[in-house]
Amino acid sequence: MAVTDTAIPTPLPFARIKPGRIVLWTILFIGGMLMITPILFMFSTSLKTAGQIYDLRLIPQNPTLANYVEVLTEGQFLRWFLNSAFVAICVTASNVFFDSLVGYTLAKFRFRGRMFVFIAILSTLMIPTEMLVIPWYLMSANFGWLDSYWGIMFPGMMTAFGTFLMKQFFETVPDDFIEAARMDGLNEFTIWWKIAMPLVTPALSALAIFTFLGNWTAFFWPLISTTSKELYTLPVGLTSFAVEQAIQWEMIMTGAAIATITTLLVFLALQRYIVRGVMLAGLRG
Amino acid sequence: MAMTRISPQSTPRLSMRMRRAIWVWAFLALPVIFYSVIRFYPTIDAFRLSLTDWNLMSAPQYIGLQNYRDMFASAEFWKVFRNTFAYLIIGTPISLFLSFTIAYFLDRIRFGHTFLRALYFLPFITTASAMGWVWRWFYQPAPTGVINSVLGAVGMGQLDFLRSTTWALPSIMVTAIWAGLGFQIIIFMAGLRSIPQTYYEAAKIDGVGDFAILRKITLPLLKPTTIFLVVFSSIGFLRIFDQVYNMTTNDPGGPLGSTKPLVLMIYQTAFNSYQMGAAAAQTVVLFTILLIISLLQLWILRTR
Repeated sequence: MAVTDTAIPTPLPFARIKPGRIVLWTILFIGGMLMITPILFMFSTSLKTAGQIYDLRLIPQNPTLANYVEVLTEGQFLRWFLNSAFVAICVTASNVFFDSLVGYTLAKFRFRGRMFVFIAILSTLMIPTEMLVIPWYLMSANFGWLDSYWGIMFPGMMTAFGTFLMKQFFETVPDDFIEAARMDGLNEFTIWWKIAMPLVTPALSALAIFTFLGNWTAFFWPLISTTSKELYTLPVGLTSFAVEQAIQWEMIMTGAAIATITTLLVFLALQRYIVRGVMLAGLRG
Repeated sequence: MAMTRISPQSTPRLSMRMRRAIWVWAFLALPVIFYSVIRFYPTIDAFRLSLTDWNLMSAPQYIGLQNYRDMFASAEFWKVFRNTFAYLIIGTPISLFLSFTIAYFLDRIRFGHTFLRALYFLPFITTASAMGWVWRWFYQPAPTGVINSVLGAVGMGQLDFLRSTTWALPSIMVTAIWAGLGFQIIIFMAGLRSIPQTYYEAAKIDGVGDFAILRKITLPLLKPTTIFLVVFSSIGFLRIFDQVYNMTTNDPGGPLGSTKPLVLMIYQTAFNSYQMGAAAAQTVVLFTILLIISLLQLWILRTR
């Protein structure tokens, strides 16, 4: 019994729950509620009218979606939402493809220059984005990439972090599988795509989730590379909208809620994968 | 070696190796171009630009280390430098202490574990620019601001938060700590889980108390996790931008530059004043600081 107690999370009979545990649980629960208070207040205020925002009740008295209707019809949030979705999906697809292709090549082929390529890619982790934005901006200006989707996307199409993560996982794929496929006469691309890729789906989903969330919330580069409102992503659009609204906090909270809701839904749907992915990535990276 | 090269079987083998090498470089062709053009060339370009005077209008002029001299002689730079390290030096210990404490106790909870963990993790996946505005609203004077209204309701004085040169930086730092806490908690919990249960059982049999177990077993074995998080959090604070920018849009980095971090200064120098050379020099400084921190991490992990 003593062993079960510490090692396996079996449900304990109620009689054995110690009062200390209840106190601890309550404290952690209150702490957790405090953590999401800003998020709750944001949604709550987005459902209030301008006259109600000084009323600090969390559940609005007469909840209304009028703010959402106004923000979505007058602002360009729908456009920004689609921009963000397009950018995040394209960059995620590119990372899933290229990071795993490079990770696979580095993990499963022995060739001259392998270490050099690996270290070169890894060394880019040391270079902060902030140092690259000025050259990227000048490059974009030269090639006419400013104010375009490609201009927002190109810096993130491949990442050293993703490559490193995928390389780690492809190393766990047994060589026998790949050799057997070669005997069957499959070409190298098919072996990677059809044989190796399905074996690392947990890593792929972690990479996809991170890349998507990272690009969905990205602010610094989209702020620099776009100047026309039609091309803003959601976070940048929200900032410009909030500045215009000045002190109409219920409107700003509605905009913030629209910007936040997608990631919250993604999280609620994929909580298990996200938490596992954070652990995976954090411990390997 | 020479033997295999002239043996008759080597011809098909060699061609197979050749074929495989062709596949390898076909796979790597686009990535090699990408990393060269989008990562390495811009890095060199940033160093090169930092030695020029360039306002985008006329051609860049080589001025040697003048940008660096001007920067190190300017009071604004040192103020920004101090601000940036204030975020790091106060923010990192506080966020690590909080996240470890929460992870340590959350790890012992079975009932509703996933639910509680989700509450703490949720802020991490929000959009920083959006939540910056929510916190900005929280910090407004009463009756608009939530915090001041609560303070007023319980009969306490009002705080100026974002309008005070003393309190604006800590106020923004709280927002940043709040946003990063969930990630650190998850990483700490993963670290705690990776400590073999047998250590704890042995300690319990020996009658070692909870606090002694924490000090003698948990914390030492958690050292790699802690170092990773110290570095990760430090880098995060050194690069803080989204929260500051969104919480001080009427006077970015204000009041009176009291919240301005390095990245905001870089942004303003490059994209408000269009002094590309000076801004590039500032990015080189940021790069150097980050490099030192990464090397420190490697060095600490080596000597362990």
